[in-house]
Amino acid sequence: MAKRKSINKKMRNTRRGKVRAKKASSVPKEELKRELKISAIDEGTVIDHIPTDATFKVAEILDLENHKGIVSIATNLQSKRIGKKGIVKVGGKSLTQDEVNKIAIVAPEATVNIIKNYDVKEKIKVKTPEIIDNVVKCSNPICITNNEQVPTKFYIARKDPLKIKCHYCERIMGKEDIEIV
Amino acid sequence: MEFKNRDVISITDFSKEELLHILKVVRQMEQKPKGSLLKGKILATLFFEPSTRTRLSFTSAMEQLSGTVIGFSNANVTSIQKGESLWDTIKMTEQYADAIVIRHPLEGSARLAAEAASVPVINGGDGSNQHPTQTMLDIYTIQKIKGKLDGLHIGFVGDLKYGRTVHSLVIALSHFNPTFYFIAPDELQIPENYTEELFRKKIRHFKTRDLERFSKELDVLYVTRIQKERFPDPLEYEKFKGIYRIDEAFLQHVKKDMKIMHPLPRIDEIDKNVDKTQHAAYFEQAANGIPVRKALLALVLGKVR
Repeated sequence: MAKRKSINKKMRNTRRGKVRAKKASSVPKEELKRELKISAIDEGTVIDHIPTDATFKVAEILDLENHKGIVSIATNLQSKRIGKKGIVKVGGKSLTQDEVNKIAIVAPEATVNIIKNYDVKEKIKVKTPEIIDNVVKCSNPICITNNEQVPTKFYIARKDPLKIKCHYCERIMGKEDIEIV
Repeated sequence: MEFKNRDVISITDFSKEELLHILKVVRQMEQKPKGSLLKGKILATLFFEPSTRTRLSFTSAMEQLSGTVIGFSNANVTSIQKGESLWDTIKMTEQYADAIVIRHPLEGSARLAAEAASVPVINGGDGSNQHPTQTMLDIYTIQKIKGKLDGLHIGFVGDLKYGRTVHSLVIALSHFNPTFYFIAPDELQIPENYTEELFRKKIRHFKTRDLERFSKELDVLYVTRIQKERFPDPLEYEKFKGIYRIDEAFLQHVKKDMKIMHPLPRIDEIDKNVDKTQHAAYFEQAANGIPVRKALLALVLGKVR
């Protein structure tokens, strides 16, 4: 019983976690193990509902490789809303609105929760920015940004489906061409 | 409408009203071809790749208005050879000149140059991306030879995929309620992002590989060279070179006042016999480069409004 209580506490960050927690007695043992791999954080940010193929791109955009705190990344999770999804949990860091907006180009539907003491302190809505500064690499090999030390800059040319336009070479890129700087 | 110190980088930076204003100034320049409007002004022409028409016409335009020109037409003789960045080259050049014209093989280089420079920068061509002064002389030519810009039926034939003159002209003419005919094999057709934009703006356009299919509809046929240098694979080029040829036989099927334009140089896509017909407008088009460039230089240097 004590063990289950601690699992419940760890799952409290996400709505899905809460639902699961209530039904914990019916959850098979193996599934419990899997949930533990993306355990809850006491402080930081939980980014949920990331399209599964964009999970690692989100981590890349936020430069989590160099983050000193705990980072949990899970992908290929089932989601009623978007089919398969990814979750990224960043311990000890509350993302700012600007940082959140950076991930909009790959995960416009993501939900971002700022966690304090295991509770959701704030929900931040992802807003697609008008200008994307130095996040995306231009896919045009003869773009000046790929040949000189120039920070890249893109404009949103179209929101759905997403198309972005390089400020320098004017190449229009779709989501599939997006590579992080 | 303020043009003083303005950069001329991409045709997309100009509204319909601004384009029409530029054309008005071009007409003034044509009426009064010489003068001392730009006396004491220095233009730097930085040509990082070869060009005949653009460089010579900028030089001629500047000198006809009593300005002077400095610059290079071969990047191998400059500090770029020593590894100097474009940014630094521009920072250095702006100390020596009142305006800069740049041609560079890398796309977006002119935009970067404009960000580096405090003096106006004119794009003389950046890779396959933009060549706005060519587009301005193209629309000036169309206005002159057809007496109007609105509601024309314009055909484009040749390399519509890599041809930057086509892309920019499509954008510029989109302001004037045109009907477009894109004549090219599928592999060289106009890129989708242009047609998507045409759909969005509700501009009528047709795609075909058959040159004769819409020949009777056309007011202007804009012919382009299949550009060997733009093909990543030389075998692809071999497949398409010489695919279209405008000759006297073709001209039997067109409107009497249909005009043929070409940004030049041509290879064999327009037969020499076409030159002497009333349809040929390409040499007049090339000549319009001078008043267009004069107008732009005078505008960005603040000598006309």
